[in-house]
Amino acid sequence: MTVTLAQRGGDSASLVIRGARVLDPVAGIDETRDLVVRDGVIGGDPTGLPEVAGSERVVVPGFVDPHVHLRTPGREDMEDIATGSAAGAAGGFVTILAMPNTSPPVDNAGILASLLDAAREEARIRVGFYAAITAGQRGQELTEQVELAETGAAGFSDDGVPVANAEVMRRAMQYQGITGLPLVLHEEDPDLSGSGVMHEGAVATRVGLAGIPGVSESIAVARDAALAEYERARIHICHVSARETVEEIRRAKTRGVAITAEVTPHHLLLTDEAVVGLDPSRHKMNPPLREQADRQALVEALVDGTLDCIATDHAPHAGHEKDAPFEEAPFGVTGLETAFAACYTHLVRPGHLDLEMLVRRLGADPARTLGLPEPSLCDGATADLAVVDLGARQVVGDAGFQSKSTNSAFLGDALYGVVELTIAGGQIAWRR
Amino acid sequence: MPRSLLAITDVDRAEVARLLRVANRFREVMARDIKKVPTLRGRTIVNLFFEASTRTATSFELAGKRLSADVISIKGKGSSLEKGESLKDTVLTLASYAPDVLVIRHQSAGACALAGRYTDAAVINAGDGKHAHPTQALLDLYTVEREVGPIDGLHVAFVGDIAHSRVARSGIAGFRMMGAKVSVVGPPTLLPRHAEESLGVDVSTDIADIADADVVYVLRMQLERMGPGRLVPSLREYAATYGVSHARLRPGQRVMHAGPINRGVEIADDLADDPGTLIVPQAANGMIVRMAVLYDLIAAPEGASEQRSALGDAVAV
Repeated sequence: MTVTLAQRGGDSASLVIRGARVLDPVAGIDETRDLVVRDGVIGGDPTGLPEVAGSERVVVPGFVDPHVHLRTPGREDMEDIATGSAAGAAGGFVTILAMPNTSPPVDNAGILASLLDAAREEARIRVGFYAAITAGQRGQELTEQVELAETGAAGFSDDGVPVANAEVMRRAMQYQGITGLPLVLHEEDPDLSGSGVMHEGAVATRVGLAGIPGVSESIAVARDAALAEYERARIHICHVSARETVEEIRRAKTRGVAITAEVTPHHLLLTDEAVVGLDPSRHKMNPPLREQADRQALVEALVDGTLDCIATDHAPHAGHEKDAPFEEAPFGVTGLETAFAACYTHLVRPGHLDLEMLVRRLGADPARTLGLPEPSLCDGATADLAVVDLGARQVVGDAGFQSKSTNSAFLGDALYGVVELTIAGGQIAWRR
Repeated sequence: MPRSLLAITDVDRAEVARLLRVANRFREVMARDIKKVPTLRGRTIVNLFFEASTRTATSFELAGKRLSADVISIKGKGSSLEKGESLKDTVLTLASYAPDVLVIRHQSAGACALAGRYTDAAVINAGDGKHAHPTQALLDLYTVEREVGPIDGLHVAFVGDIAHSRVARSGIAGFRMMGAKVSVVGPPTLLPRHAEESLGVDVSTDIADIADADVVYVLRMQLERMGPGRLVPSLREYAATYGVSHARLRPGQRVMHAGPINRGVEIADDLADDPGTLIVPQAANGMIVRMAVLYDLIAAPEGASEQRSALGDAVAV
């Protein structure tokens, strides 16, 4: 069954980007030249098209985020489809997949259909929607998998909470045999995580906050990798944070399990040392920021492909809810508008990752991993691209946010890599 | 510019020594017939206690009054907090009355850091979650220095629930800062991970290892966290295995407890009543140490603040 991606209708872009570095690592393109977009498609005759200055800029295939929260329905005060997709466009994203932990959750075909309808009116970029694995995300009964798949679900996820019951998870894997859609798993042992609010490590001991151990995540991954192997299912692991989890995934891949995984920019770039400031708006999320050894393991795993792609876990929250004592504030940080710049500034510029790999891990890799169209700069492809000024620097938050929420882990940081233009599905989605 | 005391690590060794000397001066005042000094006349102190407290709340209130400040004490119960007002809004409301100091006790770690973002008043952390309780650490240091002797070189053993204790967290940091050797003893389920490296202490699960300590600091068992099958198998077994009693002490060892006490659980009934312990002096010293902190934050001469590091919630990434 095919995934439905929805985007509002609009004029197809026609323009020529003059003298930019055109970089598409998958297609093997890296050259300085003009790039033509005519009627929303790459290539063709540049005659008479409006020009966009491209010198000192790089044009890359647009980014794909398999993990965002659009808070719709129910918490449109935090984000909606229009603002969430605008935040994505401002970050260079052309496709995003929204999690179903809304209020009410996306656990029936009616809600899913209404969201897709809304996205056809409001979304600046392509938006897909996951459906819940279990009714009400309560972890007990499967949702109507076939009907949800036929309605256009992008996959199934109970993100926000784990499917604690192994038998329920097993049944979901069996149903994948019909739907063919990815199971996108928030992995955590609820008993081990307990009332934890940050990583269980030396910093938690020092500041006296209850910890969430890395093994809470890796144990859940080990269970589901074993189940997936047994059921010949395909699973995708959300927001990997712990080095123990990296090891589990590596072992599972070695023995041939169909397992893929994502990692967020904040887990790649920050550690639990940041939590000592007790600012939940920037540093409280689940899974939590972990130790330097975990962070290094994540970067290595992203480079060697154990972790397949980057996902933001963009999680907007109302200011007044984040403005609470650290222990009481909700989990989550935004990420769409900063993902590329944060990774470029802190991974590519210091030489931990090359630009080509970052572009893949944000674009073609998540697309392939989740079975979505891969953005490409080849002639004849639908224009899905971002124009980035790598030398420009911007302080996060200074120009406001397209998102309704401001709970960014990188708030106030000066980051290189400013997205100047995003074309998604052949339409101009963002222009700075 | 008002300063704040959010954690014991906000002050350094020299500043602690100075605070303890100031406390000693207030001790002399308290020996007088008239126990009130005009030092903080015209100043306003708001005590904001969201969580139950006897010793800390009373001693802060009395400390402010003995210094002639206007003192307002607000409990969670009976205030707008019961109507669902957020901590931020409560702090903003109180800040509008321009107090000099906000003293805050809260059940959640990070409450004082949050409050500090919304008031120009100095904030004193009177205990937030499991995070910190810096004035408890100061009064413990004062008590040991006065009753036992110089802290440098002493060995202090904390016994019991280290993992959930802000008293232990601040006390360990305070005693180590002043040169004491610190060890922790308790069941594995109540010892935080990485205690050696992150707290700088020796760790043992054997109660016999308190033998070398000059001071045995008994921690309260937070009964709501314990109970059958939870963090310890049973309180009866805990008392038998880790309860501190005369039989487990050698002559000359001094016993501390921040209260409230669970008699017969972490400390034997007769030991709790032994006048040789430091438990009663701890309670008594709480007030004069808090007088010293209030005085220092509000009224200390400019020169005294020069060595002090910038306090607050600076983020180190």
